[in-house]
Amino acid sequence: MRRLLPAGLILLAAIGLWQLVASIGSVDDLTLASPLETARSLADDWQLLADNALVTLTEVALGLAIGVALGAASAVAMHLVRPLRDAAYPLLVASQAIPIVVLAPVFVLAFDYGIGPKLVIVALICFFPITVSMLDGLRAVDADVLKLMRSLGASRLATLRKAELPASLPQFFSGLKVAASVSVIGAVFGEWAGANDGLGRLVLLANTQLQTPRVYAGIVVLTLMAVALFALVTLAERVAVPWKRTEASR
Amino acid sequence: MRTRLEAPAVEPLSIERTSVALSGATRTYPGRSRSAKPTEGLADVTLSVARGEVLAVVGPSGCGKSTLLELVCGLQEPDRGEVSVHGDNSAAARLSQCAYMAQRDLLLPWRDAIANAALALECQGVGRREARRRAAPLFRRFGLDSFEGALPGELSGGMRQRVAFLRTLLAGRPVLCLDEPFAALDSITRAAMQEWLADALAGEPRTVVCVTHDVEEALFLGDRVVVLSARPGRVVAELRVDLPRPRPRRETVTDARFVELKEQALEALAA
Repeated sequence: MRRLLPAGLILLAAIGLWQLVASIGSVDDLTLASPLETARSLADDWQLLADNALVTLTEVALGLAIGVALGAASAVAMHLVRPLRDAAYPLLVASQAIPIVVLAPVFVLAFDYGIGPKLVIVALICFFPITVSMLDGLRAVDADVLKLMRSLGASRLATLRKAELPASLPQFFSGLKVAASVSVIGAVFGEWAGANDGLGRLVLLANTQLQTPRVYAGIVVLTLMAVALFALVTLAERVAVPWKRTEASR
Repeated sequence: MRTRLEAPAVEPLSIERTSVALSGATRTYPGRSRSAKPTEGLADVTLSVARGEVLAVVGPSGCGKSTLLELVCGLQEPDRGEVSVHGDNSAAARLSQCAYMAQRDLLLPWRDAIANAALALECQGVGRREARRRAAPLFRRFGLDSFEGALPGELSGGMRQRVAFLRTLLAGRPVLCLDEPFAALDSITRAAMQEWLADALAGEPRTVVCVTHDVEEALFLGDRVVVLSARPGRVVAELRVDLPRPRPRRETVTDARFVELKEQALEALAA
């Protein structure tokens, strides 16, 4: 809790500054909603925000799950099959140059207004950090440990299961943290390209209807969602990688 | 080149009594770049180890001691010459006969002590729980039972090395290949570990090839000591350690015969 204090202070200062700027008469109310107006909107529109947040959260959670599963599977596949890595890795890196935002409308055309295109976009965005960091983790296993496994007569699969996969967990979680933070952005892009509900769509709609406080309230909820996801991943990491702390304290 | 400081103390070994045999084993590493000359790691090494014998190999850093051990274990193949364990020179056979212990303990940080030792059994297809069950008596026997559940990060260097040794024993191989097993420890812990290892081997007799750069350690642990020259490593001396066992450390290292052997070994190293 104590470690969160500096961040909390900066946040408070930022909100104070925000309120100050919003109170200056020259700033248009339609451009900038003050923190107080945003808070009021959060309270008044609570039900609306919650309903839409649930939609977005579902997209994020499912998309992230698909991205993690595909990312981990392809990392393991590329790790086990060297030619596959040589062939796929450069293409994978190149694919990151494609702006997903531009692709989003294409997915909507292809998969309709439902949850489908959002899942594709979230999964695509999450896939890359997971794959790259986990592949690095798998390859970073101590060469002497591999020698030991060989001398103990371990099969390729046993080496993967008992040495390489557990050793890659810290790296995997680093990738997962990045993926969790960007997954919310992915869902918002997906909703902007075409949706019937969700926080991204709500923000877009409120913007066109000049309901600026609601735009800000939506952004606050989206931010909280990303922070909560990140915290959840950090917690999961502590449970799954308990040795990291004993190692560090040594 | 090969100066024998003593007459060969052992009569030529018969095939049945020989466990590990190297004849003319040479290992050359290709140069880092194409133009660089290949470096010789080990040159024309011939030696043999009898079953149940503890052979200590001592030599300066970088003389190819680890290469020699990896050749014996089947982790590497010689470029010339032959390496065989129990009469079989295939790498697979050597791998299946030898248990390898490195200078670093290589404990997996996510496994507790007993699970780390049990890894040797798990790699042979024994189930997780059964492997732990079979490892437990060894922990009791070596006085480690109160540390079974500790993660490696919670253990001292000496304890970690003991767990690594139990893992090596649990592999159930007749030949143990120890690569500077205590080099990473401080000198006091190292001395204690040498006595512990000597005790452990008295209770669990195996054929042992132990590589070290510490002459005292070699003489204290070995039935026989082979001295290698600087790179490329060749055998420059062979000493039989005719000291009775058990060897209480303080009395042994100050023993006149021990000191004499130590001088011979150091002289061979300096040559």
